[in-house]
Amino acid sequence: MAAAKSAAHDVVASGQRAAARSDSSAGDQTRSATFSVWRGAGSSGALRDYTTSVSEGMVVLDAIHQIQSESANDLAVRWNCKAGKCGSCSAEVNGQPRLMCMTRLSDLDLDKPVTVEPMRAFPLLRDLVTDVGSSFRQKKRIRKFTPRAPDAPDGTWRMAQADADRVQEFRKCIECFLCQDVCHVLRDHHLHEEFVGPRLLVHAAQLEMHPLDVLDRVTDLKESHGIGYCNITKCCTTVCPEHITITDNAIIPLKERVVDRHYDPVAKLVRLLRGKTSRPEQEQSR
Amino acid sequence: MAEYQTHEHDVLVIGAGGAGLRAAIEAAQAGASVGLICKSLLGKAHTVMAEGGVAAALANVDDRDDWKVHFADTMRGGQYLNNWRMAELHAREAPDRVRELEAWGAVFDRTDDGRILQRNFGGHKYPRLAHTGDRTGLEMIRTLQDYATYQPIDVHMECTVVSLLNDAGRVAGALAYDRERGRFKLFAAKAIVLATGGIGRAYNVTSNSWEYTGDGHALAFNAGAALQDMEFVQFHPTGMVWPPSVRGILVTEGVRGEGGILVNKDGQRFMFDDIPENYRSSTADNEEEGWRYTQGDKSARRPPELLTRDHVARAIVREVREGRGSPHGGVFLDISWIKSKLSNGPEHIRKKLPSMYHQFKQLADIDITAEPMEVGPTTHYVMGGVRVDGDTQMSSVPGLFAAGEVAAGLHGANRLGGNSLSDLLVFGQRAGKYAAEFAGRQASPRVDAGEAEALTRSALGPFGRDAGGAENPYQVQHDLQTMMQELVGIVRRGDEMQRAADALGVLKERAAKVAVTGNREYNPGWHTALDLPNLLIVSEAITRSAIERKESRGGHFRDDFPDKDPAYAKFNIVVRRGPDGDIQVAREPLTEIRADLKQIIEENK
Repeated sequence: MAAAKSAAHDVVASGQRAAARSDSSAGDQTRSATFSVWRGAGSSGALRDYTTSVSEGMVVLDAIHQIQSESANDLAVRWNCKAGKCGSCSAEVNGQPRLMCMTRLSDLDLDKPVTVEPMRAFPLLRDLVTDVGSSFRQKKRIRKFTPRAPDAPDGTWRMAQADADRVQEFRKCIECFLCQDVCHVLRDHHLHEEFVGPRLLVHAAQLEMHPLDVLDRVTDLKESHGIGYCNITKCCTTVCPEHITITDNAIIPLKERVVDRHYDPVAKLVRLLRGKTSRPEQEQSR
Repeated sequence: MAEYQTHEHDVLVIGAGGAGLRAAIEAAQAGASVGLICKSLLGKAHTVMAEGGVAAALANVDDRDDWKVHFADTMRGGQYLNNWRMAELHAREAPDRVRELEAWGAVFDRTDDGRILQRNFGGHKYPRLAHTGDRTGLEMIRTLQDYATYQPIDVHMECTVVSLLNDAGRVAGALAYDRERGRFKLFAAKAIVLATGGIGRAYNVTSNSWEYTGDGHALAFNAGAALQDMEFVQFHPTGMVWPPSVRGILVTEGVRGEGGILVNKDGQRFMFDDIPENYRSSTADNEEEGWRYTQGDKSARRPPELLTRDHVARAIVREVREGRGSPHGGVFLDISWIKSKLSNGPEHIRKKLPSMYHQFKQLADIDITAEPMEVGPTTHYVMGGVRVDGDTQMSSVPGLFAAGEVAAGLHGANRLGGNSLSDLLVFGQRAGKYAAEFAGRQASPRVDAGEAEALTRSALGPFGRDAGGAENPYQVQHDLQTMMQELVGIVRRGDEMQRAADALGVLKERAAKVAVTGNREYNPGWHTALDLPNLLIVSEAITRSAIERKESRGGHFRDDFPDKDPAYAKFNIVVRRGPDGDIQVAREPLTEIRADLKQIIEENK
């Protein structure tokens, strides 16, 4: 009991220190800052400057909202949770793909205008809002989760935490599409139809490595999802706000499976001799 | 009619969070043609923010748990104003709904023997919340979204419903606009499921996103359906308080479930000072026992930090008001102290509460494995909503169903953490099922073109208005939020609420004068203007119901009537639209609880 009491006292001292530090890093003071925000629809548009008063504890999305309510009522922007959980407010801040709700003004140089632009790899709808519909449509092309038969008579499964952890890294994706935005295959070469992009490769990885899933999507990855287009420059990994190791943990293991299946001469010979097809146990979905 | 894009569905689901997705899936599997409308992109709805877990008596961690205990916990938490049939169905069906999610690909955290792990939460007697770290809502909505992707469901993203349409007393469809182009869409439907979530944007400190403007509540109200329990708004005890721009963002109850403690500036764990009578026997009276409980000791009782949310929120308000708050007007919530108990403390915290760790690190520059957080109450959830039949989820308007937060009944006067995600699944499934059945018995409804025409004209009103004397929609919304926070917040008084009622009259007049600039394409100013009437309806419903309930119970606390009054335990407060569009308040007696359920409550007291 005595030990617990002193723990609570430590809480106060530590809490007051943290609050003071948070004060100084967040900045009580307000100042003015200028934001160059992309305004326009479709293929036309330009950066327009807005000056507003900010305190440094604010994030970019706060500044955009403030501008919206003060001087640009019709400024188009997507957002929902404002806590980095929904992946709606993706944009390019000073040229960097970021979630606006998680980008603190204190991390930016406010002595010059902060540019805020839409994700450039997607068709622009208006202002900061882009058409990300392709990423939703592409998902349908990846064959759905298909579990093995339940492990227990009551219809449930058993799974080790370690196996769960492996796919939970991929399942924490918030579909902000920043990875699609920086992928040069999509951004520069516009191969949206040929290549599903990093987000959907992460989706495919969570299905392929899901402890319960029994489908085999390896040939799909090669033939219809365009995994070969990725040349592992790791730009996607760099910008992922959820810190998913997209290239190393999702894409490379999938590429290895494709190589093992389709480019390994020894395995190919064995398969030929045994007369097995390259797509075992498919189409047994429920 | 030519100017509308028209769609016809057997079942139209409005809202694509957990409840809407689950309803759409069920209706589609029953063979109905299904349309699903959402205000945002698919998968961004508020469900994504749910952190702690989904409550279901799986009994994987403590085999003493079963649906009966869950039922009794839910009724106790709701102060017995719950629709007991819904509380029963919810407790019985939640385990199947959770297991079904696993069959659809959800990956929950595991027990040592590989089953779904469950954690402690406020008001739940046993560890009951299936979870995925502290991002359970994301796991759920993504699972439902991905499953729905392969169902025959027409999804209308970034589309907002302006009004429901009716045909001779039953629901016939809806008029909506698409955000992208601002074009109007006319939906004909034999049955409609409202799954629009809550009303948090009526307040200025809230964990809710812009979408939470009480649309479904207002649509139902305007269509003639009854709303009940609107006085019961849940203020979650732990929202962020600093820096100012993040005020209100949720800090999961999971922090306390994992052993987090609440401390005032005097270093006191103040929750020990005020344990309500009906929880005294089940609450630890010393810190050591509370800690053992959070670590799974079955002989220990829960720490007082895990009392119900209404109670914890009020205790925090009291500490702050009496000058014992933290530097930024909250109290300290500390999880870092567990490193004195667990050698791998910091790593354990990062593993169990990863998104809380990031949220504080990134937004407040606080390392929660080493330092306490500052927290205070935030508007989180509304227990009240559309009054529905407990079995079918149909409202008093034939063909109009409601599920999830927009429906009332399951939670009574206060919702237990974790009971919302299970609510979405259980009653989303039921609403979808019964909506499809209802639709199967109906002929195609007739949609009145003249009515749609008039609604369209009125929705375009803000564009035509002259700038002279016009109001800014954001300013009106902001003033409404500030007023509600101040006058109809956590601690209420009759005279203040009367002032709120008067202020709402003025705000209504201002809302009628809002003007917007720009054109119809993706224009948030216009969208905000169209959300205002809905916010005003729910604000008035909350205020009028709260004035009517002259006692304190659950989420509703009155300074002028601080005690529970048994006379008020016998009815729900219900509001309906009067002939002139005014709000009429009535008391509806509770139906008598079934004897076997009453006995379960007694046995679990």
